[in-house]
Amino acid sequence: MKLAIKLAYRNLIGAGLRTWLNVIVLSFSFVVIIWLKGIMSGWDYQAKTDMTNWEIGGGQYWQENYDPLDPFTLLDSHAPIPAELQPEIDAGGVVPMLIVQGTIFPEGRMQAVNIKGIKPDQKIFKIPTQKLDTATDAIPAVIGAMMARNSRLKIGDLLTLRWRDANSTFDAADIVIVDIFSSNVPAAELSQVYMALDKLQEMMLLPDEATTLTFGESKENRSEISGWTLKTKAMLTKQVDEMIKTKSAGQTILFAILLLLAMLAIFDTQVLSIFRRQKEIGTYIALGYTRGQVVGLFTVEGTMHAVLAAIVSMIYGMPFLLWQAKVGWTMPVDASEFGMAMAQTLYPVYSIGLVASTVIVVTLTTAVVSYLPSRKIAKMNPTEALRGKLQ
Amino acid sequence: MENQSIITIEKLVKRFPMGKDSFTALKNINLKFGTGEFTGLIGPSGSGKTTLLNILGSLDVPTEGTVHVLGKSIGKLSTKEAAQLRKESLGFIFQSYNLLVVHTVFENVEFPLLLLKYSKSVRYKMVMDALEWVGLTEKVHSKPPQLSGGECQRVAIARAMVKKPSLVLADEPTANLDAVNSHHILKTMETLNRELNTTFIFATHDEKVISYLRRKIYLLDGRVDKDEIITPQKSVAQ
Repeated sequence: MKLAIKLAYRNLIGAGLRTWLNVIVLSFSFVVIIWLKGIMSGWDYQAKTDMTNWEIGGGQYWQENYDPLDPFTLLDSHAPIPAELQPEIDAGGVVPMLIVQGTIFPEGRMQAVNIKGIKPDQKIFKIPTQKLDTATDAIPAVIGAMMARNSRLKIGDLLTLRWRDANSTFDAADIVIVDIFSSNVPAAELSQVYMALDKLQEMMLLPDEATTLTFGESKENRSEISGWTLKTKAMLTKQVDEMIKTKSAGQTILFAILLLLAMLAIFDTQVLSIFRRQKEIGTYIALGYTRGQVVGLFTVEGTMHAVLAAIVSMIYGMPFLLWQAKVGWTMPVDASEFGMAMAQTLYPVYSIGLVASTVIVVTLTTAVVSYLPSRKIAKMNPTEALRGKLQ
Repeated sequence: MENQSIITIEKLVKRFPMGKDSFTALKNINLKFGTGEFTGLIGPSGSGKTTLLNILGSLDVPTEGTVHVLGKSIGKLSTKEAAQLRKESLGFIFQSYNLLVVHTVFENVEFPLLLLKYSKSVRYKMVMDALEWVGLTEKVHSKPPQLSGGECQRVAIARAMVKKPSLVLADEPTANLDAVNSHHILKTMETLNRELNTTFIFATHDEKVISYLRRKIYLLDGRVDKDEIITPQKSVAQ
């Protein structure tokens, strides 16, 4: 094997431009595949981190009637905060949130919103809830940048909020936008109005009640609470996993095309090599190689393209990939329209596993593609090969 | 020196399929070759000399009869055993040199030693010795395309001789060379034959080669037409 590698290396380097053209094409595949996979990993990481920071924390208890996809459930999705969680809530480890439906009237237009009551001193979400303690005549409210953009709202804007309390009585009050945050998480921003939990409980006539109870990362293996459904972080980020999986499947087609182009070049080179180097093949056999060993030599030679490509990829690909990890890739379209946690600029994340698996897959594919045409050697007559006669 | 038999050929027949029929290239060949011979298989094109050389080199197998080379029955060797025989005991010299063009002179000559897994220092010494035998130590870093035909063939001789094989098979080694280079090459091989006691068997119809031979086996239409051993007196007379 060592000898085959040595000879293959000499042969490849000796082949000059033909080798380097193949190597460059293959190295391009390496870099693009690693970059795209890095983008997907980066997106996965960013989406989950953003969801953790802005929407789901380390997991949640949902009031048993609560279904975020069905607004009609909001009417009954509230219950007294369980007493056993009170110490954790007081310590800031659990954040209760009351979610009800309401309507705002920005610039005279009517817009349905979810009103979310949250404790201003909470630390689990990055939402600037401390601003909800602002003393104003109107009720202080915080909204996300996506909603602000869609509803053309800005800090200091005053608007009317209408809601229906626990007794089904409609009521209205003025709210003032005290802060606008940007999160990359549409579910935390679009049609969401945040206000102080106490205030909302008072408005809704639901003292000490909540819809969700979000806990931080610290405690795992949480117990079930009667009347509440435990939603772990994994369950809440399942949608992201599925989306990434779907996107990855689409990417696989692109990878396959890239690899196919590179492999065509390798296959072509191998076929041409075997066609042109019949005398050399005969010579190897005359000097003491078995035909199987010559097949091995040609396979190693073809496979070595992938090894050289990995080295070349490191030379120009590593600076590119590191630069990308630093500056990110800004999407040409508005990411907020995608309906899921996605930053406008994605920062690729490369793991050792990602790089290693890409190198292994490409190298193995190259080995197979190199081997296929080399099998012809096993059927060659060495005496004909020595004369360079086409077989 | 030339009494110990290293090759025994008995009733050798070699046929090649030609469509539905077959072509008989070698017909009932019976020969023996001793250690240190400097022998030629002489004959026109199609007489079967290259076919016989290929069988002796375990690159081909007999259709009928037996061929023993260095105690091994060629027809009964597995592919691996045949390769082992070639690797350890045989050297080949070809008409068109068959050098590995992307490798240097050193690497070409080193190749058989790599197969035999000699250490680097031993390889270096053996390669340099072989290049000294053929007078090419100055071209050690050159590649075949940078060499003349004569130099290429000397590299091929060095490659065949570097492992000091028992038997060297040379197929028309001077066919692509001019007279001066041919004589130089033949003198080199003759010297190596005498100094290392290596058996040389040539397939040739080149008069220049024939004049150096100590045994001449004439082949005609696949049969041995004449087997002539040249005595020293006769050789001197030539």
